[in-house]
Amino acid sequence: MNKKYNTSGRLTSIKNQQKISLKDIPVLEYEVFYQEVVQILEDVNNHCLSYYAFPFDNKLKFICAISADEEKEILLLSHELEKPDLPLKSIAGQHLAMHIFEREIHENHGVPFEGHPWLKPVRYAFNRKDRKKMINNYPFYKIGGNELHEVGVGPIHAGVIEPGHFRFLCNGETVLHLEIQLGWQHRGVEALFLEKKKLLQRNLLAESIAGDTAIGHNLAFCQLAEALGDITVDKNLEIERVIALELERMAIHTGDLSAFCTDVAYQLGSAVFGALRTPLINFTQAWSGNRFGKGLIRVGGTNYPLTQELQQKLKGILNDFEKKFTEIAERTFNLPSVLKRFESIGAVSTRQVSLLGGVGMVAKMAGLKRDSRYGQPFGAYRDLKHEPVLLGSGDVYARGMVRKLEVEQSLVIIRNLMEKLNARVAPTQPVPAANLKWAGESIAVSVTEGWRGEVCHIAVTDKQGEISHYKVKDPSMHNWKSLELSLRDLEISDFPINNKSYDLSYCGHDL
Amino acid sequence: MIIEDVKIVINQGKQFIPDVTKAVVPAPFRGRPEIDPDLTVDVDALVNCCPVDAISANPISIDMGKCAFCGECALAFPDKIKFTNDHKIASNDRSKLIVKESDVHPITMNPDLIREEIRSFYGGSLKLRQISAAGDNSAELELGACGNVNFDMGRYGIEFVASPRHADGIVITGPISENMAEAVQICHEAVPQPRIVVLVGVDAISGGIFSGSKALDRSFIDKSFIDLYVPGNPPHPLTFINGILDLTRRKKNQ
Repeated sequence: MNKKYNTSGRLTSIKNQQKISLKDIPVLEYEVFYQEVVQILEDVNNHCLSYYAFPFDNKLKFICAISADEEKEILLLSHELEKPDLPLKSIAGQHLAMHIFEREIHENHGVPFEGHPWLKPVRYAFNRKDRKKMINNYPFYKIGGNELHEVGVGPIHAGVIEPGHFRFLCNGETVLHLEIQLGWQHRGVEALFLEKKKLLQRNLLAESIAGDTAIGHNLAFCQLAEALGDITVDKNLEIERVIALELERMAIHTGDLSAFCTDVAYQLGSAVFGALRTPLINFTQAWSGNRFGKGLIRVGGTNYPLTQELQQKLKGILNDFEKKFTEIAERTFNLPSVLKRFESIGAVSTRQVSLLGGVGMVAKMAGLKRDSRYGQPFGAYRDLKHEPVLLGSGDVYARGMVRKLEVEQSLVIIRNLMEKLNARVAPTQPVPAANLKWAGESIAVSVTEGWRGEVCHIAVTDKQGEISHYKVKDPSMHNWKSLELSLRDLEISDFPINNKSYDLSYCGHDL
Repeated sequence: MIIEDVKIVINQGKQFIPDVTKAVVPAPFRGRPEIDPDLTVDVDALVNCCPVDAISANPISIDMGKCAFCGECALAFPDKIKFTNDHKIASNDRSKLIVKESDVHPITMNPDLIREEIRSFYGGSLKLRQISAAGDNSAELELGACGNVNFDMGRYGIEFVASPRHADGIVITGPISENMAEAVQICHEAVPQPRIVVLVGVDAISGGIFSGSKALDRSFIDKSFIDLYVPGNPPHPLTFINGILDLTRRKKNQ
């Protein structure tokens, strides 16, 4: 139990991947809930993992999960509403980072939050409260004046990327403000977690929340299922999962660095980083049969153990990769023509990112220590004492450099874990054949650190142990606003490199 | 110094696949499945093990347009079902994606369904506008990879372009959300005729794991002529490139 926060009996604290009875979370009066959340979030080491509401016993039940990184605890608070149309005092009025969660609750359930900056729709979910609100009629920020103009881009973009709408308010070439409207990708993922009853269907769903984070999201789901089903997994499996997660990180970071180079017209970097991603994802395919690791992570075991033969292969690939990666990375990050387009472009301050509640790469590039491998260690990370890479300049350079340094860090982690794996003789456990029995009337929280940052899944079960509510949070939820701020006072032509340097998820946000 | 660039280029060596039509993807890649006709299994259990209802009974068949290529049926019934590493699984004929017991032949095009103008106009050059319509970004990344230095699709004159006005057709990924349905329609109409429609990945072809979701609007698919289906979750770049080549290039024996 958490000494620092649990003296009042106003909250419950659990560990990552832990389940508790839903009844063990005290239900507070809203005023008390509000005060408590506001106070906890005063500490920069605490941030909101997820804050959401769902129908429960003819009421609307609110759950707020806060990560206390120093204590490695998850703080759970709750309140309930019988009449969801009565206004509540907005927490975002005190802590802006909560703005997106209150917007989502407002969109889904109609709860009005007084003092919220603007309760704009988040994603136009099919089950939104007000079906009359349509995605092609979004309330954009407006600005007056004869010399100003707007530029609208999307939802379909010029490249092979996901859809979103960008609205630039410009004075000549200078962007005064960028607003990003999302929701185009909404597939009803959370509802499908209830409708699709087979475990395997839920694995496939988790792998497709954001297909570029198939390992990160599916691992979050599996750890959640294991917590609810009281399944313990062996050390081998924990190690292999982390190797898969770090390979995913390396592959996407390397591919992203290729795109950085493309957007600043550095052709050699674009080609070489692009080619370097290939052996990494081809290894994931040799391991699991799929270049994105779809099929690799399953509840309670694996169908694809990392055999001695595969480990030898991976060692060779990593050695070759390291040599070539170092060479091109050194060149790229020392080339004046590249640096001119990286440094001081699209900078956000530590304070801005902190106010917006940035997580993962977006936090780290601005010098904010948020990485769930450190704050909510899971699986093999518990023994690794992970120290996140931190930069501070908050610009395109920092977003590129954080990737370079994380790739190097992942190399160390994977090699270190392969040595541990090698020392173990027992085979990694296979996927259990038995049906999963989940605890009834419980809640569990599972957090993993995907390559973008913190992935959080929360499930609530009913009396029969069936999922009665499922909540997914992709790190992009926190981070899109930061891209908007990066564009202020830049030339509009700097948008592509900034967008690429964030590389946020549309489908992960839209669900 | 330019000498450093030269060193990097030399250390990279040749990266391109010399002939993508002959390239092999090594096992355990899950490509075209094969079903053993002689082995008797619990058919209900086999049909039920599929998370996306891609397996049918009487006769036992796997619909690659619905298959998420998770491989779980082959893990549960290893002697009955095998996924080969044959990656050439695209076809212009939806029915050719259904693999029945004892089908061990490669997946082919149906020449009768290929419009004459497609081969005469686009046999040497094809510009495509990609639309991600609630795609999960894995198929999109693989389409992006088609143009990288390894697969180098551009050598065949096949490219993704920024505007539908510059395109000869659209390539759809994702199950098509209700929120993207109108944009897909508008983009398609903006492409000059003759234009082709290509569906890439299980989500686009059948909805995949999102099938049945109330957040989708697949009416565009239902009312459109589809020129090419590219199965996979996501499809391998070689599946896409070979599919496009087979659709647009006239072979000597045809």
